[in-house]
Amino acid sequence: MNTFEYLRAASMQEAIKQAASPDAQYIAGGTELLNWMRLHIVEPARLVDIGFVPDQAQIARSGTDLIIGSLATLNDVGNHELVASHARTLGQACLKAASPQIRNRATLGGNVLQKTRCAYFRSEAPVPWPCNKRSPGSGCAALKGVNERHAILGWTDACVAVHPSDPLVALACLDGRAEVIGPAGRRIIEMTDFHLSQEEARAEHAKLAPRLHEAQVESRLAPQEVIVSYRIPIAEGERSAYVKVRERDSYEYALVSAAAALRLVDGKIDRVRIALGSVAQRPWRLTAAEKALQGATPTKQSVLPAILKALEPARPLEHNRYKVTLAANAAARAIVLAAGERP
Amino acid sequence: MSNPLSRREFIQAGSVVVGALSATAEAAAPESASATTRTRANIKVNGTVHAADLEARVTLLDYLHDRLGLTGTRKGCNEGACGTCTVLIDGKRMNACLTLAAQCNGREVTTVEGLAQGDKLHPVQQAFIDHDAFQCGYCTSGQIVSAVACIEEGHTGSEAEVREWMSGNLCRCSCYPQITAAVLDAAQRVKQSSKDGQA
Repeated sequence: MNTFEYLRAASMQEAIKQAASPDAQYIAGGTELLNWMRLHIVEPARLVDIGFVPDQAQIARSGTDLIIGSLATLNDVGNHELVASHARTLGQACLKAASPQIRNRATLGGNVLQKTRCAYFRSEAPVPWPCNKRSPGSGCAALKGVNERHAILGWTDACVAVHPSDPLVALACLDGRAEVIGPAGRRIIEMTDFHLSQEEARAEHAKLAPRLHEAQVESRLAPQEVIVSYRIPIAEGERSAYVKVRERDSYEYALVSAAAALRLVDGKIDRVRIALGSVAQRPWRLTAAEKALQGATPTKQSVLPAILKALEPARPLEHNRYKVTLAANAAARAIVLAAGERP
Repeated sequence: MSNPLSRREFIQAGSVVVGALSATAEAAAPESASATTRTRANIKVNGTVHAADLEARVTLLDYLHDRLGLTGTRKGCNEGACGTCTVLIDGKRMNACLTLAAQCNGREVTTVEGLAQGDKLHPVQQAFIDHDAFQCGYCTSGQIVSAVACIEEGHTGSEAEVREWMSGNLCRCSCYPQITAAVLDAAQRVKQSSKDGQA
């Protein structure tokens, strides 16, 4: 790890000023950032520690919103009663992420900003193979390489990485919004629109971050901006669940995951929202299936055809065709589990 | 008897030489550069407050292990995967390798060395011995600290629950059945001793 200057911020406003220095980076838990620095994925000259800023870890209800401060840890969120009552899929996603000791450090603010687990990307510098995120313009080794854990949706020949976060999938399912602040003030970003697929990055990177390679543009968060909280609209009478499919039972990243939230009327689906994880560089809402499933019975047989139909645009790579079936089954199971929860 | 130095003393003597070399290299660097990359932190470790003056990049793991000589906190993967550096920070288990010492200013850290009371082992330590819950021992201190927190959190309702909530600590000798048995047994002992304490 290179040396860097370390500053403790007393407030988010102070942090934004301190982060005005070139090559500055925020640190909260640090569970991702320290590993980036070890691999030289980033080499910040200054770290601005927001971990001591008071009152940023609250979890509370405000009117029709559930508000979660960005410094709430994954265990804070996963163990909170209000989250269990109004955003169960999010609580489950948090507790299925990482390990107990990482969840005590990792914050919900930092979690959605983690980077892909693509092994070509996560190697020590100098990276010995093509990777447009690490060496812009060099290509993508995973495109024709070992890509069984990579994207089936939204990818381009520039990059086929997926986003690994579990909580992000639940936040997108629940139409959560991030409240961010930066030098230009405060703004709201919908979590369904916070991250970009590689296709979206190709279309928008010139506008969003012209100095970066398109493969390096992963979110709409601007330099110096920081997430201060999430707002999740409380949908009374809805229930939700999170399904994570992985190669071992615990402490492992998802092959695919699915979050579902729904309202039942007379045993039939009145409204359903479905988001998939680890299939793209962003959480993937199955909006076509959400419409088609109005009035359906929440059983696997009755929901699966509409989900498979919504996944027809999927473009699997050489080694990840299995993800299409797995994602469809995970989504169906999330619906069945959500329907079995108490509203 | 013929060996005047233990293995640990030998390694420490060696690292003094390395340390001296790097200190020279640091002294040769421009004063301003090294000054801005240093920081201070007051960290309470096992009950004693230490005023640390260190490079900001020093992790809590390196601070405990190399600077304070608390070698029970081990370096395994150094990337948060193995859990052998698990310590309690303000009572919560965390990976010391994923934490900068600077982030612990004003915090209270407990390492495996801080668990026993004098010669009396912590119930979790005793249970690990009674259940033969280790072979090589490398992961053991991290397992024990993690288990203390696991019990405190109340995640010992069943074998499956213990396995899930101890999943952040890897054991390459694969002593998992014995570790699980030790944690379940220690949870009973802790419950019993807190009952006795109340009586």
